[in-house]
Amino acid sequence: MTTGPTPPRKQIHLAAHFPGVNNTTVWADPRSGSQIDFDSFVHLARTAERGLFDFFFLAEGLRLREHKGRVHDLDVVGRPESITVLNALAAVTDRLGLAATVNATFNEPWELARRLASLDLLSGGRAAWNVVTSSDAFTGENFRRGGFLDRADRYTRAAEFVAAARALWDAAGAGQRSFAWSGDHFAIAGESTPPRSPQGRPVVIQAGDSDEGREFAASAADVIFTRHGTLEAGRAFYRDVKRRLPRHGRREEDLKLMPGVTVVLGDTAADAQERAAEIRRQQISPQNAIHALELVWGRDLSAYDPDGPLPDVDPDPDSALVQGRVRHADPFEAAARWRALSEEKGLSIRQTVIETTSRQSFIGTPSAVAAAMAEFVERDAADGFILVPHLTPGGLDGFVDTVVPLLQERGVFRTRYTGTTLREHLGLTGTGVERSAA
Amino acid sequence: MPAPAPLHLAAEIGGPPHDDPGRLLGLARTAEEGLLDFVTLADSFGGPGPDALGALARIAPETRRIGLVPTVTTTHTEPFHVQAGVATLDWVSRGRAGWRVDVSTSAAENRLVGRRELLGPEAAWAEAGEVAEVSRLLWDSWEDDAEIRDTPTGRFVDRDKLHYVDYRGTAFGVRGPSIVPRPPQGHPVTVVDASAAVSRDTAARHADVVLLRAGTAEETAARGTELRARAAALGRDPGTLRILATLVVDLGDGPAASAPGGGHFGGSPAGLADLIARWHAGGAVDGFHLVPLAPDTGLARLTAGTVAALRERGLFRDRYEDTTLRGHLRLARPANHFATTGGAS
Repeated sequence: MTTGPTPPRKQIHLAAHFPGVNNTTVWADPRSGSQIDFDSFVHLARTAERGLFDFFFLAEGLRLREHKGRVHDLDVVGRPESITVLNALAAVTDRLGLAATVNATFNEPWELARRLASLDLLSGGRAAWNVVTSSDAFTGENFRRGGFLDRADRYTRAAEFVAAARALWDAAGAGQRSFAWSGDHFAIAGESTPPRSPQGRPVVIQAGDSDEGREFAASAADVIFTRHGTLEAGRAFYRDVKRRLPRHGRREEDLKLMPGVTVVLGDTAADAQERAAEIRRQQISPQNAIHALELVWGRDLSAYDPDGPLPDVDPDPDSALVQGRVRHADPFEAAARWRALSEEKGLSIRQTVIETTSRQSFIGTPSAVAAAMAEFVERDAADGFILVPHLTPGGLDGFVDTVVPLLQERGVFRTRYTGTTLREHLGLTGTGVERSAA
Repeated sequence: MPAPAPLHLAAEIGGPPHDDPGRLLGLARTAEEGLLDFVTLADSFGGPGPDALGALARIAPETRRIGLVPTVTTTHTEPFHVQAGVATLDWVSRGRAGWRVDVSTSAAENRLVGRRELLGPEAAWAEAGEVAEVSRLLWDSWEDDAEIRDTPTGRFVDRDKLHYVDYRGTAFGVRGPSIVPRPPQGHPVTVVDASAAVSRDTAARHADVVLLRAGTAEETAARGTELRARAAALGRDPGTLRILATLVVDLGDGPAASAPGGGHFGGSPAGLADLIARWHAGGAVDGFHLVPLAPDTGLARLTAGTVAALRERGLFRDRYEDTTLRGHLRLARPANHFATTGGAS
């Protein structure tokens, strides 16, 4: 038996999502705190930093969702503006990365590049931008520019937006005072650049699973935030995205894949399963079950019994019942799938919704969860995970107290921060801008 | 004899170097030790350092009582984002936020967004007023008790307490409601510099605090009276306006105090206290917005010298009596427009 130096084990990256507007927070739980008070953000961010996570992640919404022409009232709703709350969190954390989701459709490159570079400066190099786009006139009603972009245009605009922001950050990093950008969507110029980013440029995150989204991520993102069900689906996605990188002159390690996942822990496997089932029942109340059904069918189904069978009417493909959410691409396909599942297992409406709307989950004892996460990463189904707790703000306490030490024992997770910037936590080096640039 | 009106003091902490958050925090803490009502942080669209809103959010958790008033420009920004950012500063500071509304009229700022038409000062200030107005409506678009968490009906919010604002301005419209629940102060404090004639109408309509570049005591008092009259003509209670004289101060070790000329004071900290006391006793203004020429040394002299002297005379608070900026300014928490008018949801 030969012995040699053990190759370093692939390290897991972890991030924490603060669930803002959503239908997964169990807000009726007595342990569920405020979704808006700053203390809630402080608690979850400090928990993530205690767990040596790479970053803290905030989503964004720019118009309250509507259902049947009225503000949807069953979900958690209302949240602070991301970049401002992250600037405040920079004061109460030292190393944790701070990631803001900001829409590229309803902002302008110079202004957003400056706000993100400011967050980067004020946090000592910990800022990240999750790039999203929007196309709907519904959201556009809150903005000067309206909502006139079609799907193709919003991606080309987003790509040019990111390129322009990057040019601005790079100019600042190189000590240039003036810049100019001219393209199909933006023609801007100036005699000043944003503040210089302490990590070269803020980390860019891209969420999305479409072919355009994958290509965009391969060309421009540092992290891709995704969701996938199984180990095999994750491996296929991972291979596909990493294969795209060389075309853009990038290496595999330049893009980290981090699916959003939930974790449910228990003292035994059965205990964890029981808790997970209870959480799902709390998340899918009878009212939420009918609502979820209406999202697919695009029809008013309030007359149906949530504990009864699925409706036999067809979905309405042109429904305007739902506003502010992504609809199923093919509601007929989704309805057929739901019906098949319901018939096969003899499930009610509510039980069917519980089965079909589940996120990627790790359910089990802390050691089983640690083993499963390590396997996902070792077998290249992910580079790490964005944890989405179902309780705010204490929903990650148990994970950090019990699973993180086990990941550390396995040698797959850091025992201390070794760098100060988010780019360093993520092991990203290819910024294109030397940090020592004058 | 009625008690004299309380004296309000604010200080500017901007100016280079821009890239040191620790320095800004130190200045804000000095102002807080001096029990000032608020600090301002100047900015422009496309300014060189970090954006002022972000910078004051960064120091909010490390201060306790001082009001935080960043300059926020309205010409090239989305009103929906602006109001959400200011409301969030109020949330993270637990009720200490304000914003100094400003416009961007230079060609250089225009080029940063590639906007085709340059907006002149009058149009830009009119638009700033619209942004202030829609911001207040959006802050009210959630009633204070909109979040109900009613388990039996499964409802997180009472949608009858969420309101569309349906604002139509000259250059933009906003449907609403806001994404951010109503901030702790109801409305963060709106500050407008009305030194230039072009911004006076916007100030009279929308400002809680008006800044006026100090001339002589008589000139400044006359301008303040005119502003209050204009606010009254617009249907506002002029007693809800706080008028502060902006004074650039150079507290060197130089010789005798000079009278303010062109909004500038040079002299000793005690000399400045004399001037403040005199103006305030004469009813010229509700207080001062002091701009130290060199903040790093000037602010400490201001609080240790001038403010201490005013306190000894019983003219300035010896502790914070409230936790919010509105409280420091003795401005009431505003009623909610929609709750009081019963606006349709």
